Amino acid sequence: MATKAASPVIPVNQTPKLNYLNNGHGLKSWLLTTDHKRIALLYLVSVSIFFFIGGIFAMLIRLELLTPEGDLLSADNYNKAFTQHGMIMVFFFLIPVVPAVLGNFLVPLMIGAKDLAFPRINLLSWYLYITAGILFLHCMLNGGVDTGWTFYSPFSTEYTNTNIVEAGIAVFIAGFSSIFTGLNFIVTVHRMRAPGMTWDRLPLFIWANYATSLIMILGTPVIAITIVLVAVERLFHLGIFDPRLGGDPLLFQHLFWFYSHPAVYIMILPSMGVISELIACFARKRIFGYKFVAISSMAIAVFGFLVWAHHMFVAGISLYAAMIFSFLSFSVGVPSAVKVFNWTATLYKASITYATPMLYAFGFIGLFTIGGLTGLMLATIGIDVHVTDTYFVVAHFHYVMVGGVLMGYLGGLHFWWPKITGRMYPEGWAKLSALFVFVGFNLTFFPQFILGYLGMPRRYWQYPPEFQVLNVLSTAGASILAVGYLLPMIYLLWSLRYGPIADANPWNAAGLEWKTSSPPPTFNFDETPVVTWEAYNYDEIPEKELEAPVAR
Amino acid sequence: MHDSRAIPGPASTTTTQVATADHEVHNPALLHHFADAQQQKNAASLGMWLFLVTEIMFFGGMFCAYLIYRLAHFNAFAAGSQQLDIKMGAINTAVLIVSSVTVVLAVKAAEVGKRKLLTGYLVVTVLLGMTFLVVKGFEYKEKFEKHHVPGPSFNFTDKFDDNGKQIPVNSKEAELFFSLYFAMTGMHALHMIIGCGLFGTLAVLAWKGHYAPSYFTPIENAGLYWHLVDIIWIYLFPLLYLISRHS
Amino acid sequence: MSKYLPLWPDQASTMAGQVDALFIYVLLVSGIMTALIFIAVTVLAIKYRRVPGRKAQQIEGSTFLEIGWSVLPFFVMITFFIWGAIIYFQERTPPADATEVYVVAKQWMWKIEHMEGQREINELHVPTGQNVKLIMTSQDVIHSFFIPAFRIKQDVLPGRYTTLWFKATVPGRYHLFCAEYCGTMHSGMGGDIVVMEPQDYAKWMAGGPFAPLQDTGKELFASLGCATCHRSDIQGRGPNLQGIYNKPVLLEDGRTVVADENYVRESILNPTAKIVSGYKPVMPTFQGIVSDEQLNALVAYVKSLSQPPVGTAGLQGQPAASAAQPQNTQVQ
Repeated sequence: MATKAASPVIPVNQTPKLNYLNNGHGLKSWLLTTDHKRIALLYLVSVSIFFFIGGIFAMLIRLELLTPEGDLLSADNYNKAFTQHGMIMVFFFLIPVVPAVLGNFLVPLMIGAKDLAFPRINLLSWYLYITAGILFLHCMLNGGVDTGWTFYSPFSTEYTNTNIVEAGIAVFIAGFSSIFTGLNFIVTVHRMRAPGMTWDRLPLFIWANYATSLIMILGTPVIAITIVLVAVERLFHLGIFDPRLGGDPLLFQHLFWFYSHPAVYIMILPSMGVISELIACFARKRIFGYKFVAISSMAIAVFGFLVWAHHMFVAGISLYAAMIFSFLSFSVGVPSAVKVFNWTATLYKASITYATPMLYAFGFIGLFTIGGLTGLMLATIGIDVHVTDTYFVVAHFHYVMVGGVLMGYLGGLHFWWPKITGRMYPEGWAKLSALFVFVGFNLTFFPQFILGYLGMPRRYWQYPPEFQVLNVLSTAGASILAVGYLLPMIYLLWSLRYGPIADANPWNAAGLEWKTSSPPPTFNFDETPVVTWEAYNYDEIPEKELEAPVAR
Repeated sequence: MHDSRAIPGPASTTTTQVATADHEVHNPALLHHFADAQQQKNAASLGMWLFLVTEIMFFGGMFCAYLIYRLAHFNAFAAGSQQLDIKMGAINTAVLIVSSVTVVLAVKAAEVGKRKLLTGYLVVTVLLGMTFLVVKGFEYKEKFEKHHVPGPSFNFTDKFDDNGKQIPVNSKEAELFFSLYFAMTGMHALHMIIGCGLFGTLAVLAWKGHYAPSYFTPIENAGLYWHLVDIIWIYLFPLLYLISRHS
Repeated sequence: MSKYLPLWPDQASTMAGQVDALFIYVLLVSGIMTALIFIAVTVLAIKYRRVPGRKAQQIEGSTFLEIGWSVLPFFVMITFFIWGAIIYFQERTPPADATEVYVVAKQWMWKIEHMEGQREINELHVPTGQNVKLIMTSQDVIHSFFIPAFRIKQDVLPGRYTTLWFKATVPGRYHLFCAEYCGTMHSGMGGDIVVMEPQDYAKWMAGGPFAPLQDTGKELFASLGCATCHRSDIQGRGPNLQGIYNKPVLLEDGRTVVADENYVRESILNPTAKIVSGYKPVMPTFQGIVSDEQLNALVAYVKSLSQPPVGTAGLQGQPAASAAQPQNTQVQ
């Protein structure tokens, strides 16, 4: 193994040693753990379960839409299916997935800390998350909700007879889980950095999670109170949003999107951080324009709070409000574009290998570019009036949320899998599944752009027959995509037992997390590291032999 | 080692304090993952401040709704406002301001290590908090009696007294005022109840001698929480009770 | 455009071509950007693949480039913004000569009332070449009136009016969709927009005896007792409603509002909200007393009080003329 040179500071113990996985056994040692790495694994298991459930609903939706008639599901069941799909994927998968799994595992490791600042609050967040999840599943098994994930009033407050209150409480609790995660990250980054780990040496993944955390603590309380008001209105027939009782349904939309627009940045920013790490490692280069990429994360977090009403251009807001929000929406496009340009520029004069994580990074750049540019189309009000609330919007946010967030997550999961488990995943299968994901994804969602421009509204159980061919294509793509997602579930589990043993730094990567053993010991580092180098100091890391990135 | 001392964070303060009451160790408060006590204290206080930020955003949503509706339905909101008991509101404001003073004194007492004094101030704070809640209870009772609680039995026939002119108001809009009144003061009262529980626990622990000049972060952080809840009331009182009474 | 695999929606209004032109422009720019990124990534990934003996060259970055690729795209986006805002401005400002049609949405149907008294459900007949303004409200939840072939959409809210206008150009049948999720049969809440040549439209319009909407409103105005206070002289206890529509009104609290449809509606349902200067808040509310349809008729009547008498007179006798010669029936 060629890792000895890569660890100038901390000697890496090559013999099997006590690590966070074998330090303590039994259910109790997991359920009462305060180790951020174990909590990350608890999250990994639980978000995977929710992803699977949300995926089943996605398949139901796609199967229903194979034919123009509503035949597979009843109208009510279809409405429930897309609502559960949206709520589970947004609140129980996309929001926690990268921060709570990869972030939880990596934030302390990357800054050289022994743990997050508040380990018990970290465990509490997971319990809140799982309580919310169980409550939501209970609600789902008892009939579910049918408002769409957006809870629009007065449908949600007065007209639907499904259990909004229970679903609302679940979202409320899940929100607090995310607030506590964000709070923990911010304090950790401020107070727990190792000596020498200055702000300008932080990995970009940390910057991304820091920006995300700011949104979490500033935005989530607003959705929490909004949902409380919906529940209270429903229970006591108050008139806060219902126009028949003097309320204003647009106020609900404002409050809802004040959180839920920044929430998409909660989802995408950490994945962008992952992509920066992957590209730096597999291009063996410092990220082009480190400072600008870091600033752009913060800029996205700030601008993200100023654009919420672009979801409401046809909702009845004033002409001038719409124009201002359209203008501001373009401003958030700039920092996103800056990131894409910098990643691309990093490839210039690089030394690139095509390991699976890098394939996901390439996929991310491509899909995020399309997702981002279609976002500009939606920010253009003249176009938005036509395509909002159609499949164009559905395609756009899946390009960002699935093409972006999920590609980043899968790339990151493969990249840090050896660190998390101490085993390598099977490279061949991984490349195959990355291909399945990329092809399946585009086949699923690209036709939906056309459907949207043709005018097929979203949340439609039945549709005019001329839209069928495109819908069939989309469903076919979804089947390929499903295979692409099932494969990693299988081979990653397989690798836990049969995967090749990974050494401390199988990718020969920079970053403190690679300077401790795989899997890391409970307190991360045998002695607190002292950082004397910039982030991504690949010029100081000798290259391995050509076939290296896969350990035997 | 792990649960040797409470993490002075917003959520776990109460429970962990109780759980660890009988664990006195030499280095009382330092958790394994902090380098030194100063780092831990800084982390705890930053965490608390961030939590307070989330609280402000939480109430901010309701303040925002209140201000928008007040602009939209001015007469009804003014009429509703005129039905609130300004005396009780003022008493409660005074009670809370005094309680903030006792919190400051408690922190000071903890800083200089006066155990009995600290416990005393904490107990007084809890009593003041409860006084507030009792007064609030009487106010709510009055609203019930006057059928000013939103719902099927809501009945609002009062008129808006605009310098002697009696302007009838839409009862639906008055109901909206009382909806927001109950939502905002109810949420505030919930925070008061949590605060009383928190301070009660701290008082017990302080009596048992858990805090010393070298470690009283939980007192400080709970104090920050209490001040925030007070400040929210300081905004609620004029917004709900005062600003529409321009006669 | 195949019947089975349509790739571009029909263009059947004046707005459709404009929106398409903007969309194609944005599509082209985005396409070029996407192609550039894809080509750059592919070429760089191949050219700089790992080769033994060649090391990556560390490059810190370039402030010049960063500013360049922040500012340049922003200027391109500004062109998107301006063009989009111009189109949106047109979409949101109905021409003064537009024929008005009232729309009431409910779970899960569209109820349409023409000024001439024609009523339709889930179908809207309009002539080509005529500006049509829809004045819409909902009886229950939020709906959205969406005609893809016209490239327009507007949410329909309970408790207030929202408006939408278009000028159809090509005769035919086009989809009408509800685009805001509204419950069980959301996907069934659709219908047809039937665009007809003006002469066909006139024939269709002549197909029955209908009372014009403002006449229904006039009857209601009398039967509800509005006329006792809102007299056509200045002695009534309420303001004289002649000629007030779309004019600024001075309120008792010093504010000035424009008496548009929403103001008239609010003044019927919630009379004390905005008291006209010089009057007392004595009017009772009509919330729960008049239905949305009756409200539309009342609003139409109040508006008709501000029209030149020739238009209203011509309406009942010759419904055909209203379509062919819209300037007769409308405020200029």
